[in-house]
Amino acid sequence: MSRYLNFIAEKNQVKYLIITIAFIIFSFFWIYPLLWVLSASFKTDFEIWGGLGLIPDRLVWENFERAWFGANMGRYFFNTLIITVVSVIIVVVTTGMFGYVIGRYSFPGKKILIGILISTIFIPQGYTIIPVFDLLNNLNISKNLIGLTLATAGHTPVIYILLFAGYFSRVPVELEEAAKMDGAGFVRTFISIMLPLTKPVVATVSILQVLHAWNDFLLPVVITLGNPDIRTLSVGVYAFKGEYFVDWSGMAAASVITILPIIILFLFMQKYFVEGVQGAVKG
Amino acid sequence: MHKKPLSKQIYDARWCYLFVLPCSILTGMFVIYPIGMSWYFSLLDWSGFTKEAKFIGLQNYYEAVNDEFFWDAFIRSFIFMFGTVPVKIVLGFIIAVFLNNQVLKLAPFFRTVIFMPVVTAIAIIGIVMTFVFSPFNGPANKFLMSTNLTSAPIDFLGNPDTVLPTVMGVYVWKWLGITMMYWLAALQTVPQDVYDAAKIDGAEGYRLWIHIILPIVLPFAIVIILVEAVGALNVFPLIETMTAGGPFFSSEVMEIYIFRTAFVTDSGTMPRLGYACAAGVFWGVAVLFITVLQGLWMRRTRRI
Repeated sequence: MSRYLNFIAEKNQVKYLIITIAFIIFSFFWIYPLLWVLSASFKTDFEIWGGLGLIPDRLVWENFERAWFGANMGRYFFNTLIITVVSVIIVVVTTGMFGYVIGRYSFPGKKILIGILISTIFIPQGYTIIPVFDLLNNLNISKNLIGLTLATAGHTPVIYILLFAGYFSRVPVELEEAAKMDGAGFVRTFISIMLPLTKPVVATVSILQVLHAWNDFLLPVVITLGNPDIRTLSVGVYAFKGEYFVDWSGMAAASVITILPIIILFLFMQKYFVEGVQGAVKG
Repeated sequence: MHKKPLSKQIYDARWCYLFVLPCSILTGMFVIYPIGMSWYFSLLDWSGFTKEAKFIGLQNYYEAVNDEFFWDAFIRSFIFMFGTVPVKIVLGFIIAVFLNNQVLKLAPFFRTVIFMPVVTAIAIIGIVMTFVFSPFNGPANKFLMSTNLTSAPIDFLGNPDTVLPTVMGVYVWKWLGITMMYWLAALQTVPQDVYDAAKIDGAEGYRLWIHIILPIVLPFAIVIILVEAVGALNVFPLIETMTAGGPFFSSEVMEIYIFRTAFVTDSGTMPRLGYACAAGVFWGVAVLFITVLQGLWMRRTRRI
């Protein structure tokens, strides 16, 4: 009781209470569209357009069945999963190696290399998409997942390299020298001494790349124009809208299939998302 | 110690070169090479789907700068940028200031909620928003009508006057979480003793902010503005899935224009990759120009 009184008595506490309530209301409106699509995925078409309420009368699981099998979202799900996982591996390995060398060694041509990298930071994706499309066609990998995966990994934000380079440059020199004394070569030093130290950066870069690969749209929509079999989830839902435009509930289910995995990942690994995003301005 | 000859330096660094190779190949294939090729393609009369391509010099550029749709899209991209970036910067800052407060117990929860749209696939957001803003019983209209804010449903995405502001609003909603995170990172660099010292000096409210906090976060602000400005020019997925540039091209920004001239054939016209590349090159140079300009401004401000 006395604690409660204290809470009210202090002027600042009242202020924080008001702010908290304001934020709760704001938050509800903020995620309403996401809650709405989640609830729509369990409703009938009729119910979706019936009211603003979020609780379905009955859970209509058939929506997911229609989306997964009928609209091929199942296949698109695995396409997206493969592209995401493989491109994360490629990106972590290649940018990790690059960042290691840039962060710890100096060699002829290093400055030029960094200069070229930096100059590509602000190249809009729309600028490179047509030649990428043409390149994959010429290499004959535009009709399968290889091309799409490589292109997804190839459009690597420079920020990954900078994150790695920054981290590696702070590792004490003694560690490396000790490894050399033990007779470890360049590669072994990297793999057994350096790489284990960078787990936080590996996690951050992986998360950022998952986010990029899973949610990318321009690249997959262009590459899969003539090949519906290799569509990703985003492209699949977009095509769904064109092909079955009256099946609202099925489309809501397809949307939930697309966004839920990433949202769950985000909720569990929030720390790394935040670090990755903030790395862009801290650098 | 005298310098080793270059060949020896290069030999000693052989592992370094090997390590930068994989990433360089990928970047070369999917970033550097495409940039170069788009310059070359832009000089061709080429549909992109046949081998027949004719070299026509600068004719594509000539045609682009004489196309009013091109300039409409060009200007619209900047309207989009100037309409969204300041809103995001200010709103993101205000939210970050509140959520940076240790006393606010639910701050981590609010941060998560506000960040949620950022991790949601942009194409899905575009599609879902076509429902949300539908004039036929869409939730937005239903809410407005049930609270008597409007008497008739508003066709947010079907009316040329409301479509761009609506898309811009969705864009701000989608990406505000990122801006907030940037600001939080900036605010966390303000040391606690600065707050304490300012409090002792009696700096309260806005004076604390204007004289103490703002100068500290200003360098961040410039980076944030730069990143946000370039980001606001890359809005293809959202607009393509929400309106595809319509109605009547009234939400067609540059990237949609490039995509339409390159691939979309539903108007019966031939796809023209060469022409689209010319538009893309023109656009890329414009963006680069702005980036460089901002970069210079950034340098000057930092020196002060």
